Amino acid sequence: MPTVYLEKEDKTVEVNELIVSEILKSLKINPTTVIITKNDELILEESKLSKEDKITIIPVISGG
Amino acid sequence: MACKFCSEKPVIKLTNNEEKLCRSCFIKYFERKAIRTINKYKLIEENDRIVIGISGGKDSLSVLNLLNKYSKKRNNKISITALLIDEGIKNYRNYSIEDAKRFCRENKIKLHIASYKEETGKTLDNMKKHRKDTIACSMCGVLRRYLLNKSSRKLKATKLATGHNLDDEAQSIIMNQFRHNISLSARLGPITGVRKDPRFIPRIKPFYFLTEKEVATYAYLNNLISKFNECPYCEESNRFFVRDMLNDIESKYPGTKHSIVASFLEVLPLLKEKYKNQEINTCKLCKEPASSDICSACKVKSII
Repeated sequence: MPTVYLEKEDKTVEVNELIVSEILKSLKINPTTVIITKNDELILEESKLSKEDKITIIPVISGG
Repeated sequence: MACKFCSEKPVIKLTNNEEKLCRSCFIKYFERKAIRTINKYKLIEENDRIVIGISGGKDSLSVLNLLNKYSKKRNNKISITALLIDEGIKNYRNYSIEDAKRFCRENKIKLHIASYKEETGKTLDNMKKHRKDTIACSMCGVLRRYLLNKSSRKLKATKLATGHNLDDEAQSIIMNQFRHNISLSARLGPITGVRKDPRFIPRIKPFYFLTEKEVATYAYLNNLISKFNECPYCEESNRFFVRDMLNDIESKYPGTKHSIVASFLEVLPLLKEKYKNQEINTCKLCKEPASSDICSACKVKSII
């Protein structure tokens, strides 16, 4: 299953979904508030992952 | 699934028109859009001395990066200086200050630092400890605006540039509507200010039409910051609530934030006209411009 590193929470979770937008939905993350990387490269929400993939979800909102 | 303009792999899908762009086409799009804003609203003129208010976060380092390139293309006829405001927020601002110092050192940009500690004797963390019931953002916002204006004037700036983006502006417009603070909306726009006053340095926003996600993408692609961080106090603010509400609407109805800002710009000239005669006083305590006898910053200083 793909592995997701959540930068804001500093934790890693495993997910069942393979499409990035579906992963965001299952994690209740609004896509307009994050950017997503795979191997340090930005990927789109419609990207399809393989079971071995590791992605990082980075919040875009800094506040303050 | 290729970039709209070439065959490269896309890195972003724009929310207002769903176009997909690759790394290099996105950077071109982003910089052109910021420069179009500068030109259309005459944000910068030849021989301007621009002070860029920075925190070391993604928005401010992106605007510093863009204006540094802009200044070099014009053979440095427009001078730029960075002004960093250190609020004194542990485990947050200290990281971004390092990013700011590194960026300025590598790009040979003059960096001036002003801090709440130096101005008031206290860091924001200390103020918050003393005033547990006061929302941190209400003290912080006032002090930041005050220090940015006062310090940039001391640096002889003709313009003060900030990294405010489309999301920030849409939030401010809606917050002012919710609170019936329309006179404050008259001060918004790509270049701020209702009337000219030498004590106020006009603030310019080159990222006025760029979304927060676009700015974050630009910062990431240019390797501008080491870690995306959220201010520990931001959950206390009304802006936080409005930001989440607008993001929820945006995900259901893409383009909403653009529409809010575009609609606002149509009525902004009327607002400026309506509020152009608002009186600007001088603060009895610090002699800075104020809306009443005592300025908002001195009021904050008196309670901390």
